[in-house]
Amino acid sequence: MTALLTLDGVSRSFGGLNAVDDVSLTVDKGEIVGLIGPNGAGKTTLINLITGVHPATGGRVRFEGRDITRMKPYQIARLGLARTFQIVQPFPKMTVAENVAAGALFCGHAGNVREAGAIAREHLAFTGLADLADRPAASLTLARRKRLELAKSLAMRPRLLMLDEVNAGLNPTEIEEALGIIRRIAEQGVTIIVIEHLMKVVLSISHRVAVLHHGQLIAQGAPRDVISNKSVIGAYLGAKYAATNPRGRH
Amino acid sequence: MRVWFTLIAIALLLASLPLAGNNYLLRIATTVCMYAVMAQSWNFIGGLAGYPSFATAAFFGLGAYTSAIIQSHGAPLMLAWGCAGLAALSFAAFLGGAILHLRGHYFAIASLIVAEMLREIVNTMPGTGGGKGLTLPILKISVAAQAQFFFYAMLALALLCTAAAIVIHRSKLGFGLRCIQQNEDAASILGVNAYAYKTAAFSLSAVFVGMAGAIYASWVNYIEPPDVFDVLLAVKPMVMVLLGGLGTIFGPALGAVILLTFEELVWRNFLTVHAAALGLIIVMLVLFLPNGILSLVREKLPHKGAAK
Repeated sequence: MTALLTLDGVSRSFGGLNAVDDVSLTVDKGEIVGLIGPNGAGKTTLINLITGVHPATGGRVRFEGRDITRMKPYQIARLGLARTFQIVQPFPKMTVAENVAAGALFCGHAGNVREAGAIAREHLAFTGLADLADRPAASLTLARRKRLELAKSLAMRPRLLMLDEVNAGLNPTEIEEALGIIRRIAEQGVTIIVIEHLMKVVLSISHRVAVLHHGQLIAQGAPRDVISNKSVIGAYLGAKYAATNPRGRH
Repeated sequence: MRVWFTLIAIALLLASLPLAGNNYLLRIATTVCMYAVMAQSWNFIGGLAGYPSFATAAFFGLGAYTSAIIQSHGAPLMLAWGCAGLAALSFAAFLGGAILHLRGHYFAIASLIVAEMLREIVNTMPGTGGGKGLTLPILKISVAAQAQFFFYAMLALALLCTAAAIVIHRSKLGFGLRCIQQNEDAASILGVNAYAYKTAAFSLSAVFVGMAGAIYASWVNYIEPPDVFDVLLAVKPMVMVLLGGLGTIFGPALGAVILLTFEELVWRNFLTVHAAALGLIIVMLVLFLPNGILSLVREKLPHKGAAK
């Protein structure tokens, strides 16, 4: 497999706080990588760093061999890196269809607003939002807004899709639906990075899991191996628990 | 299609106004057209992009002075007006590069000082007449013909500006600006080059205002810094847009008609307290009709999404 995204010792500090500290990680084409870690571990900052929202203060980000470390968010988006936001960010006064059309239009997949509208309809059908196309985005429930985030980023025809807690705050039925959609996106050949707190979800869809703690990458590998890793258990439950728990191994 | 018919109908109706032969009415109508240009222009940056610009007065004064100065060197009228538009456009593009990274109140304050700055420059720079002002060449036609000429000039500019608004509202640019207005960060993540789009909107908000300033200068024959860099020239367009309907096509023009009607009526009937009375009316309207007069009509029409 070939590397799609390469993080080479990337760091990001805010004042004296190293939110992301010397992280090196490779994501291969077609992979689903789960990114986990306790609250404040730097997961979202890492996504912000890849998408150019908060550029890295150290290290290099490469996408398909091209250095994107210093690129602007809109340029990175047009290369095919899409993301959803943990706290959903719709254009509230626009309709659901217009929200999705924006993704297609500004990433250059539609020549004009009308074409973008047509493309938007396809993605709305795929994500099951077709009936709500003409409703203002602000009127949607949380689960549907999360789905709208997904539809928006799909309209960008991403090569790499970063999902920041698309399942947080959803009920079990909604999570099942969302997982189905994510699996179908992966089947189309889109590489995915999933940030998720729900272990069951991460374990069921990820090929590989990377664990962040205090901004550092403390473990990565196959899901089952990672969750029994001693430093991972230590990060979540404390070193004392990790030392006494018989399941923990190196 | 319907908007274009509305625009043509309004154009024909207004173009026949001089037939009424009432010069007071014609003068009012010329001012309405000028206000409409300024409100429509502000709508590009303030309504579509959501950046509350106070730079309208700066563009107006810049246009007026550019035209007056190059006419004093012998340039013909139309060329001077064109240059005024061009000067305002380039100035806005340059200024936008400097202040459009600021957001909200910070941007508003930065744009507010621009007119003051230009006013001081004009006051002290040689060749501008300084505080004494500048007199412009008087057209060698009858007074009635002048009134008609300037009315048609302002009307043409207002129509041009509204036509530009119609095209831009439906274009990729207009769509991107609405995205920026609602969530600039989310727009960037979707691939919108926010900086370029905002600069385009800011430049659009300047070009027609610069030309309106130039036409105004020729119309009144005499300009001085406190007149054409007046802060009210920056505030009134906002009020007009809020009255008519923020981010709509005909709202700004409608707001111009409403504001000027109130100004005239209140000024005539409450001479001593007219500013207070006008202020009160504006506060009431904005409080009780935050989405503008057009929203009253709109709610009765079926909703139409732009991305169909």
